[in-house]
Amino acid sequence: MIRFTDVQKAFGTKRVLEGLTLDVPDGETLALIGYSGTGKSVTLKHVVGLIEPDAGEVYVDDVAVSTLDRAALTALRREIGYVFQFAALFDSLSVADNVALGLRRRDLHDDEIEERVHEALALVDLTGSDAALPAELSGGMRKRVGIARAIALQPRYILYDEPTTGLDPVTSAVIDQLMVRTREHTGATAIVVTHDMRSAYTVGDRIAMLYEGRIRQVGTVEEIQQTDDAVVRQFIEGRPG
Amino acid sequence: MIAAIGRRTVAAISAVGRFGHFLQDFIRAVPDVGTWGRLTALQMRRIGVDSLPVALFIAAFTGIVLALQASYTFTGAVPMYFVGTLVGKTMMLELGPVLVGLALAGRVGASMAAELGTMKVTEQVDALETLAYDPQSYLVVPRVFAATLMFPVIVACAIGVGIVTGWLTSLQLLHLSTPDFIKGLKLFYLFKDTWFGLFKSATFGCTIAMVGCIVGLGTRGGAEGVGRSTTQAVVYAAVLILVLDAFWAVVLL
Repeated sequence: MIRFTDVQKAFGTKRVLEGLTLDVPDGETLALIGYSGTGKSVTLKHVVGLIEPDAGEVYVDDVAVSTLDRAALTALRREIGYVFQFAALFDSLSVADNVALGLRRRDLHDDEIEERVHEALALVDLTGSDAALPAELSGGMRKRVGIARAIALQPRYILYDEPTTGLDPVTSAVIDQLMVRTREHTGATAIVVTHDMRSAYTVGDRIAMLYEGRIRQVGTVEEIQQTDDAVVRQFIEGRPG
Repeated sequence: MIAAIGRRTVAAISAVGRFGHFLQDFIRAVPDVGTWGRLTALQMRRIGVDSLPVALFIAAFTGIVLALQASYTFTGAVPMYFVGTLVGKTMMLELGPVLVGLALAGRVGASMAAELGTMKVTEQVDALETLAYDPQSYLVVPRVFAATLMFPVIVACAIGVGIVTGWLTSLQLLHLSTPDFIKGLKLFYLFKDTWFGLFKSATFGCTIAMVGCIVGLGTRGGAEGVGRSTTQAVVYAAVLILVLDAFWAVVLL
């Protein structure tokens, strides 16, 4: 379970999170929606300790992330797969090496690493792309490699940072299906940061809207679609203000 | 005015604090040999072998110029075999390490800052952390160790080439005999001349790599930030090489 309790974060004078409180139970996929620049990615980075809160706390399995030392944080990160907005693939490594990199930090035999890499690439429909370099891939393919890199670790948690941003509608739908398939395959708890409502409706068990540093509303897809909250309604309908 | 001085003071103290943290993280990462071991070999090839042509080119022309300038200065006043002395001493003690250091501050330092800066702004450094790697072990330690180990090798080769081109110039243009050149080379030679230059170059290598990594990993913004970091890395490394050069001269000579 991932739990945010009254998390506050500011960068200089800009206050990004102002008391974020949210629970993500085991096995759930939560879609975190909100306007650009409202702190959705910042929220995700708190979970893996890339950013520390100014106040409040983030708990993963009831362990406060900000209190962990380097070794404990590394151990926690082995339980979490992170899919970056622009994939963040290593330019100098092939697709297979990118996917294998995280596995090499574990005590796995080379054969097992190779098997997991092939399995992960097959799951994202990239079988045969092992030797390609990231620069040779399209945006959608890069995102799929990013997802393969996360799921190859067989993590208990997966964090997706805007997985469909910048993609055409068809490729976005492919990525959505992939996230659903990944969940069925791994059973991992997931947070999907997005402002693509179609994606949120497809992958989310629940949807939470981040607004002005706090959760404005959280509920099932149906509850969000039928909301009376003017701010949430304007966002999900994509109406100008 | 007072506010500006205050801001600069705070910025300077923050920079010292960041360097302290960086050094602490670096020392913490050193025992992680499993990560940096094989990567160091790769960096040694990139820093060492790939930098050799530039270093040797600079050294070759420095040797020629040193021989000609020595001859011009000594004519009629000092025996010509002193050309060998000046070429040898100057290449070993000063021009070999410093000129190669300055040239590689541009090549190696800029390349490290640009590479790590790009990795930083494209979240590749964050990705490393989420994959349970320590960026210090994976990115910084191999570069710093490789530069520290390879700079003396590069400088040793450069010193050798500089002396050879100085000797060839003396032979062909100054009509000095080989025994005379060697006599001059051996005159006043101390073993300290060799280790001083090589030790100095190891510290230059370490400094260039440290600066490239610190500045690269501190990059903010996009392409503009990477460009800014690259320039900063070269300028800071060049300044520090000259300061270190003077420091070692005071302390060790």
